[in-house]
Amino acid sequence: MSKISVKNMDLYYGDFHALKNINMEIESNEITAFIGPSGCGKSTLLKSLNRMNDLVEGCKITGDILLDGKDIYASNFDINLLRKRVGMVFQKPNPFPMSIYDNIAYGPRTHGIKSKSKLDDIVEKSLRNAAIWNEVKNDLKKNALRISGGQQQRICIARALAVDPEVLLMDEPTSALDPISTAKIEDLVHELKKDYTIVMVTHNMQQATRVSDKTAFFLTGEVVEFGKTEDIFSVPKDKRTEYYITGRFG
Amino acid sequence: MKSKSFEGFMKGIFIVSAMMSILAIILICYFIFAGGIPFIAEYGVKGFLLGTEWKPSNNPASFGILPMILGSVYVTIGAIIIGVPIGILTATYLSKFCGDKLYRVLKPSINLMSGIPSIVYGFFALTVIVPIMRNLFGGTGMNIVTASILLGIMILPTIIGMSEASIRAVPQSYYEGSVGLGATHERAIMTVVLPAARSGILSSVILGIGRAIGETMAVILVAGNQARMPKGILKGVRTMTTNIVIEMAYAADQHREALIATAAILFIFILIINATFLIVKRRSAN
Repeated sequence: MSKISVKNMDLYYGDFHALKNINMEIESNEITAFIGPSGCGKSTLLKSLNRMNDLVEGCKITGDILLDGKDIYASNFDINLLRKRVGMVFQKPNPFPMSIYDNIAYGPRTHGIKSKSKLDDIVEKSLRNAAIWNEVKNDLKKNALRISGGQQQRICIARALAVDPEVLLMDEPTSALDPISTAKIEDLVHELKKDYTIVMVTHNMQQATRVSDKTAFFLTGEVVEFGKTEDIFSVPKDKRTEYYITGRFG
Repeated sequence: MKSKSFEGFMKGIFIVSAMMSILAIILICYFIFAGGIPFIAEYGVKGFLLGTEWKPSNNPASFGILPMILGSVYVTIGAIIIGVPIGILTATYLSKFCGDKLYRVLKPSINLMSGIPSIVYGFFALTVIVPIMRNLFGGTGMNIVTASILLGIMILPTIIGMSEASIRAVPQSYYEGSVGLGATHERAIMTVVLPAARSGILSSVILGIGRAIGETMAVILVAGNQARMPKGILKGVRTMTTNIVIEMAYAADQHREALIATAAILFIFILIINATFLIVKRRSAN
């Protein structure tokens, strides 16, 4: 069974039909990349997977999104538990204005972990998994806003990992970063695949080819093509995909 | 050429306008300190600030304003205890919980609060709060608690307005980051959004302190106005502001100078509060 399955899903912002009849199976321990031009709905679908779209006024969803076979939009599905299981890393690094330690400990504390030694362990483990422990281990008390953008983004990844999620959603996680930080994050994502299911929105097609196993190409609210990354980029079935990846539009 | 001279003329007008307010503050400073400092020097700083007796008609007269300083401090602390929690929670509600319809009613009502003349507040307290206090605790009903409740209400619009603005100024990304980790709406707001707005909230509290300590006409009606050391929160008290108003009409010579000196001390309090406000604001800008 796939980790997440999206079935006949439509999404509206008020009158605007933002996603049209989406069907997609996202497998465990794979990296799925969403590509497509701006406004095509890729971020919208990503945000539907942990119901961050609920924050958008006038957003309406029909169809089903199943996590391990359970409908996440069912009325009895605990939305806070969903977001713990399906973590998110945002486009712009958004560490909280508090110490690095408190940033990482925020999620575990939210879910009721109070013991100092347990929190210490989680903080260290998460920072190690996000490949930033060696850079910040002596500065855990430092305000997280006082480190570089690339480090901030890895802090945000560590913060997401700290609640022990099953799925990690990444919304253009490197678009605000320099090439070196981007390379670090890509390596990290590759590492994380072992333990997590990752869905990543990217504007950068090279990035999709470098890191992802599957790629979905979006255009004006539809998934034009979804399949193995190497197939999409070498033998696209749809003309529009070919045009997009060869740079004729977008 | 003509437009150039017109421009110069207008520039002059702007400069004069700007100078007017500076001139006003300089004149106020001069009047207060020139009138007050010689008296303080003559009477003695210690005797004036720490003297516990205010008996202008005694012979020799004593002009200790410690009772009034403490009076001002106590009612201000009381106002903060009552007004700050209500104000911050209201600001949080307005910015993060309140529906549009209710907001359209609440926000103008709170704005209206800041436009009500203070004597009207005082009259309200005199006819509503004072009888309640009298029934509950006996005595006249005019005491520190009554004045604190009144001032706590009066500083609400200041605290709510500024706190709400600073809560709204917190980037939405902090909120999203928090709920994205599985936090509830309430937890995200209490643990991330409010702490991120803390310097703006602190600024609003400092402005509220300034408003409370300077308030006169409302306090005069309900504080009791006894010029003696405060004996308890259910006893009457006199503040620095009311001390000046009550006695200025008939004061002469040294007595009059003592009142101006009281104003000078009040002015220094306000300067300290404003300086604190500026420091907090500057720190939040960094």
